[in-house]
Amino acid sequence: MRSDGRPAGFGLTLAAFGGLTFLHLPLAVVVLYAFTTDEKSYTFPPSGLTLKWFAVALEREDVRAAISLSLEVAAISTLVALILGTLAAAAVSRSRFFGRESVSLLLILPIALPGIITGIALRSAFNLLEIPWSFWTIVLGHATFCIVVVYNNAVARFRRTSASLIEASMDLGADGFQTFRWVVLPNIATALLAGGMLAFALSFDEVIVTTFTAGQQTTLPIWMLSELVRPRQRPVTNVVAVFVIVVTFLPILLAYYWTRDGGAVAGQGK
Amino acid sequence: MSAWSAPLAPPPESWHRRLTDVFVAHPALLLLLLLTPPMLWLGVVYLGSLFALLAQSFFSLDDFSGVIDRTPTLATWASLLAPANLDIVLRTVLMATAVTIAAALIAFPIAHYATFHAGPRLKALFYVGVMLPLWSSYLVRVYSWKLILAKEGILGWLFHAAGLGFVLDGVLNLPVIGGPSLSASYLGTFLVFLYVWLPFMVLPIQAALERVPASLIEASADLGAHPRTTFRTVILPLALPGVVAGSIFTFSLTLGDFIIPQIVGGSQLYLGQAVYMHQGTAGNIPLAAAFSVVPVVIMAVYLAIAKRLGAFDAL
Repeated sequence: MRSDGRPAGFGLTLAAFGGLTFLHLPLAVVVLYAFTTDEKSYTFPPSGLTLKWFAVALEREDVRAAISLSLEVAAISTLVALILGTLAAAAVSRSRFFGRESVSLLLILPIALPGIITGIALRSAFNLLEIPWSFWTIVLGHATFCIVVVYNNAVARFRRTSASLIEASMDLGADGFQTFRWVVLPNIATALLAGGMLAFALSFDEVIVTTFTAGQQTTLPIWMLSELVRPRQRPVTNVVAVFVIVVTFLPILLAYYWTRDGGAVAGQGK
Repeated sequence: MSAWSAPLAPPPESWHRRLTDVFVAHPALLLLLLLTPPMLWLGVVYLGSLFALLAQSFFSLDDFSGVIDRTPTLATWASLLAPANLDIVLRTVLMATAVTIAAALIAFPIAHYATFHAGPRLKALFYVGVMLPLWSSYLVRVYSWKLILAKEGILGWLFHAAGLGFVLDGVLNLPVIGGPSLSASYLGTFLVFLYVWLPFMVLPIQAALERVPASLIEASADLGAHPRTTFRTVILPLALPGVVAGSIFTFSLTLGDFIIPQIVGGSQLYLGQAVYMHQGTAGNIPLAAAFSVVPVVIMAVYLAIAKRLGAFDAL
């Protein structure tokens, strides 16, 4: 809203577009390599282009299992984060109470601390309590850092939603549930969707915390990490990388689309 | 008769209306109900785990049997001060500092252009262009650099195609930052860190720049200041909290990462790798726990300084 499109100096323009290109060119390289006929090395330029690795990757049982595990984990974690994040946002934005600052600090902590600390803390807690690794230990870790994503989006929307709307609804005779269903929910729906989308992308892609809470299970990022450390079939890894780009870009673009008018809300404070 | 009295009778009491009345009469009760589930999750599960981790740093590992001895001791903390371990801390902090400074230098023009020179459409493009890499495909973005930095990869090809192969070799021959190849040198690790955390620097700077009042810039120009003077004396000081806010992310993320140096870089360990190694193959949970407190302490100090510089208002 500030910018008026004043012409910038050549140096600044170059630096700005150069920086933006720097952010995206490497991804283009990954996409290019998914089509290469070269099997054994990362030779540039590619010796030839082919589509066959997409078919090969689709046939791979381990890849398909990893994809479906990651999708399930992301879906359930997002659901948990949506419920808990919305509740926390409603509480923090609607009232001032003793300890409010500590509550928001606690919500932000899982992403403010390096992921490895969240991971190792959860792992040692599972060990101490002798909880075996399962689908749910992964979800537990993911939901913990997804809550804040939903919370950030919801709290920003609550702040922009006038409290008088709720009062008006109650004055007109609606009870709390009707007010929630017909007044509050329509107002915060797109913020929740956006938060949910970002949480989904974050969870689908997460590897650091997952390393500590997955045990022997293989989510898609864990599969990719093991391929990076000990490559087995490089072309398949390239195809999976492209798949991850697509699956995480789509929800983020949707989230942006749903919170566009709210400015930078959706992207704040990962 | 009943037709007259009907409107005056209270509406039939449903359970949700009665519940609503309770909440209106006792707002604290509603607050408690809203807060309990998220606080149970984060307060018990998450904080509980963190404290369990901290507690384990006061245990010690029996070197001979490999069994964890649960009598409280400070021995594990003392072993953290071994020269090899201090090296790891120093190396990580230096890397985080270098990454943060470079990220600020590259991010500033992007944020500045998007704020002051881009029209609405271009601005949206910049925003999405920074958002997408920020939220997605961490591992893929690390992987892309394995492709780029490989000896036979695109960067080497570019240098040789341009006849500048000797420049690349010269850089790799430099002491400290060089190495046998880009993917096994400090320079390579640095590039990947910089690339992966850069978006976290752009957004806070842009948020700070957006908040610089247009009237201040106009006033400065009206008083005859050259645009460069305006930038140095008006815009830059006001954008500084944004830079500090961004540096919180780039610094903290570099301190805790154990995947990037594992995939691109030499054999020297970083903090995150040390934590990972000690809890994994070495089975020394107490030392891993003590190690993991180090980035938390560094970040606590960093945050205290950042708060003084007003960075939290720019987050």
